[in-house]
Amino acid sequence: MNPVNAIELIDITKTFGGIPANNKVCLQVRWGEILALLGENGSGKTTLMNILAGIYFPDSGKVLVNGSEVTILSPKDAYDLGIGMIHQHFKLVDNMTAAENIILGLKGKGRLDMKAISAKVREIGEKYGFSINPDKKIYDMSVSEKQTVEIIKVLYRGARILILDEPTAVLTTQETDRLFQVLKNMRDDGKSIIIITHKLQEVLAVSDRVAVLRKGEYVGTVDTRDATAQSLTEMMVGRAVSLNIERPEPVNSVPRLVVKSITSYNDEGYKILDNVSFTAYGGEILGIAGISGCGQKELLEGIAGIYPVTPDSSIEYYPDDSGKPTELVGKRPMQIRKLGVALSFVPEDRLGMGLVGSMDITDNMMLRSYLKGKLGFTDRKPPRKLAENVIEQLNVVTPGVTTPVSKLSGGNVQKVLVGREIASAPKVLMTAYAVRGLDINTSYTIYSLLNEQKKAGVAVIYVGEDLDVLLELCDRILVLCGGKVSGIVDARTATKEQIGLMMTSLGGEAKK
Amino acid sequence: MSKPGNDKKVPFIRIAKRADISPGKAWMLRIAAIILSLMTGGILIIALGHNPFSVYRDMITGSLSTRTALIATAKIAVPLLGAAISIAPAFRMKFWNIGTEGQILAGAIAASYFALFQYKNLPRPALLLVMFMAAVIAGGLWALIPAIFKALWGTNETLFTLMMNYIVMNIVTYLRTGPWKNPSSSGFPKIAMFDDSARLPNLFGVHIGWVIILGMTVFMHIYMKYSQHGYEIAVVGESEKTARYVGMNVPVIIIRTIFMSGAIAGMVGFFIVSGSSYTLTDNTAGGYGFTAITVAWLAKLNPYAMIIISVFLAILKKGSNTIQTNFKIPASAAEVLTGIILFFMLGCEFFINYRLIFRNSKVVEVHHD
Repeated sequence: MNPVNAIELIDITKTFGGIPANNKVCLQVRWGEILALLGENGSGKTTLMNILAGIYFPDSGKVLVNGSEVTILSPKDAYDLGIGMIHQHFKLVDNMTAAENIILGLKGKGRLDMKAISAKVREIGEKYGFSINPDKKIYDMSVSEKQTVEIIKVLYRGARILILDEPTAVLTTQETDRLFQVLKNMRDDGKSIIIITHKLQEVLAVSDRVAVLRKGEYVGTVDTRDATAQSLTEMMVGRAVSLNIERPEPVNSVPRLVVKSITSYNDEGYKILDNVSFTAYGGEILGIAGISGCGQKELLEGIAGIYPVTPDSSIEYYPDDSGKPTELVGKRPMQIRKLGVALSFVPEDRLGMGLVGSMDITDNMMLRSYLKGKLGFTDRKPPRKLAENVIEQLNVVTPGVTTPVSKLSGGNVQKVLVGREIASAPKVLMTAYAVRGLDINTSYTIYSLLNEQKKAGVAVIYVGEDLDVLLELCDRILVLCGGKVSGIVDARTATKEQIGLMMTSLGGEAKK
Repeated sequence: MSKPGNDKKVPFIRIAKRADISPGKAWMLRIAAIILSLMTGGILIIALGHNPFSVYRDMITGSLSTRTALIATAKIAVPLLGAAISIAPAFRMKFWNIGTEGQILAGAIAASYFALFQYKNLPRPALLLVMFMAAVIAGGLWALIPAIFKALWGTNETLFTLMMNYIVMNIVTYLRTGPWKNPSSSGFPKIAMFDDSARLPNLFGVHIGWVIILGMTVFMHIYMKYSQHGYEIAVVGESEKTARYVGMNVPVIIIRTIFMSGAIAGMVGFFIVSGSSYTLTDNTAGGYGFTAITVAWLAKLNPYAMIIISVFLAILKKGSNTIQTNFKIPASAAEVLTGIILFFMLGCEFFINYRLIFRNSKVVEVHHD
């Protein structure tokens, strides 16, 4: 292979509506290396990679591939130059097979020879250590299998430079390890790989060099062996940040939410929650772990009264004065509130469920309280006040209270949502993937907000995917496996491996 | 310099979203669009062998200069505005109600029943009130059918409301040729003209419906912007999941809103038969229900902007009628002319939102301070 760089970016600038996403960014990627691209939300990583992949065209600057200046106008141009990008959201046709998806959009002879295509797909898989069944339909596939299809899709097109945008966000620990082995195999084959991720442990584990962006500008590139989580964070944020998550001891734990054998069926009649029971105590953080799609979402939505649960399920809420518990099953969110149940819920889908993207911050604050106005009118004064408070207390970066929340960055969107849910003084606070896609700084803000609630005696339920964080932040962890409780462990003594096993098999017994 | 890596060139024109545009500049663009549309239309007029200046002059004078012309223009603008107002809450909820035409007719049929067969039994004010109520209820019920199906079973409202139009159109034809046929009319089957007591009184030459429609415009603005219902409509329209998350009763909101939308359309039907045509014909809705969709979109669902746009479209419509008679310009050519003007008006919104970057043009530098 040539000694020159696979990719060299010189002074790339790209603005969106006058706001620079990339400002004179320079970057070099060598052949045969894994380069991690690191940066907080809104630092311009994805924009920069989309420029390489032909999705955006830069306002100015040069792109050099293998030493020659090129113009990339479309994803096809990128493929022709050997650049392939695996996006965060998969772009696959559900009712086609893996092989059909892989050749989709490629030119070929009039008659398709699916056998030869499948053979070639298998060959690529074997070469780098993937396991793939080319004839399997996408809708039958797990998230990790779909990702494999996406990677083979770009390899099939002859990509020698692969860009992966947050590939591990949806994977379990074991799947992540497998992916990293594949990436290393490809690197050893001389390919160059750019990986965007927020998780520092992964950066340190897999990459050769790390390039850092901050607020659209290039900060620098370091060799991974010289870097630590602490040094990378400082480069990213621009100042020293503590990476320890606080975990105060629970005090005065009283049962707040007693869940007894929740069972729920999804639209297809498939049992998505099977006899789930647990108790959440005030003053503790209860973590919920599990591979994606094994009932976490339905569990929280079931408690919140959004997702139907069977009538013989029971969810009891215990008010402060140790009086009679309130039964929540069969009630809608508004009825639950009217009964005086202080239950707040930060859902996984922030803009699609927790907030209304096109509405401004004030109107989003009003979602919970719009019926409080008189004579059928809305009263925007209290929500406006609340919006101003949340912006000030949580340092929400926004031009003002009248900015639509969809225009805010991911971290600020989450601050608005969490701020609103905390403002109603909850006794039970449920959060689903509260830090997904957020940068380190904002993630730590969210952890400390949750800890504040815990110290105030709130029962916090934290559904998370990062086991390191779950083990550091939570007091107890409930592990779900296929809609059943695989076990509840003490987060102070449990190990990552133990939880990983419990996630994949009930009770954590190793499969034969 | 290194050798070229691939032979691609930067595209000649690129499109980029504008950060912001000053209102002054936006209006400059709009005025430029109007001038360009008049010039393009002028070429068409010259091709037809007429003087563009006199044709444009007659369009304006024909729709605005005399009292008769003004009344005729207003009679177009009022139902158009009413239909657009009825569409506003439905579209805000992203319920694509294109059944306004049919809901107008449903209201018109219900009002006509009382006008034709009950006028002897009721004093005039009561008769008009009953006609009004019947039209409102009939329009609302006609819209309710697709709304219930959408709310409970998630059917496609666009197709459903469209199909409902054809049903009611054929009901009118049936009534005209069958049970409601005027026995004293010979030849072409017609429905009888309304008795005087079933006709709306006029105010300044136009039936008093215009006062009510203007009142509805103000009401709709307040309803959508400041009421709890309006807020619910907006939330359901943007994200049904969010609405359910906070516990809104989504089916009830859909059904309630679409009933109101149909009820206002039904009211428009009453105004047309009782204030303007004094009878029911196949043409009673006259395409108002469809043109109102254009009005609603151009106004970005803002009721006040709908006033300006429906008046503008009414001027175009009346003006094109005038030039047809004055210059013997065929109706189709007059419609092409209206189309050209609308095309430029809509097209200029694109240039207000986006700008073009030409190859080799200087790229804007970004500064941070």
